[in-house]
Amino acid sequence: MTQAIEVLSWACLALGSFFAVVGGIGLLRLPDFFCRIHGGGVTDTMGAGMVLLGLMLHAGLGLVTFKLIMILFFLLVSSPTSAHALARAAIAHGMDPAPGKEQPSKS
Amino acid sequence: MLAATMVAILLTMALALARAALGPTVFDRILALNMFGTKTVLLIAVIGFLTERPDFLDLALVYALINFIGVIAVLRFSRAVDFETHPGEEEPRK
Repeated sequence: MTQAIEVLSWACLALGSFFAVVGGIGLLRLPDFFCRIHGGGVTDTMGAGMVLLGLMLHAGLGLVTFKLIMILFFLLVSSPTSAHALARAAIAHGMDPAPGKEQPSKS
Repeated sequence: MLAATMVAILLTMALALARAALGPTVFDRILALNMFGTKTVLLIAVIGFLTERPDFLDLALVYALINFIGVIAVLRFSRAVDFETHPGEEEPRK
């Protein structure tokens, strides 16, 4: 494996783990349920995408890369669907997506 | 670098568990569990690469499917959620 592809794979893995931790911190620190869905979304798309891309570059062409592409495809399809189902269930349960929107603007 | 990625994914899983323990509503907990499942998929894939066993990717793929079905099932059977009433309607559709 050439040096350039190895460095690129390390960079993708580092970026993916950074986005995963950022998503986790967002899940803890954001104030509202509907804001926390953003934290989960960052983790599922950028975090998972970059980590799997780094693993694909590490593996080269072959069956392993094909399986990683299938995992990535399924994660990209299923996590927005579950987030949408959660948000819709929360609204149907009566949670308010924009609390405090009646406040007067400061300008 | 694979070991550092594994540590970062484990840290994210710990943060998701903290939100699952804290979350004031049931939806926070379900969201945190969904994220925990996605991180588990990535963790299995990374550990498969670390221990030079490509068979772990089959486990990761199966767990991605099961996690998705599991989150939808938990939403379906949670008492707080009514799947048959669409937002904006009063009576459940049949």
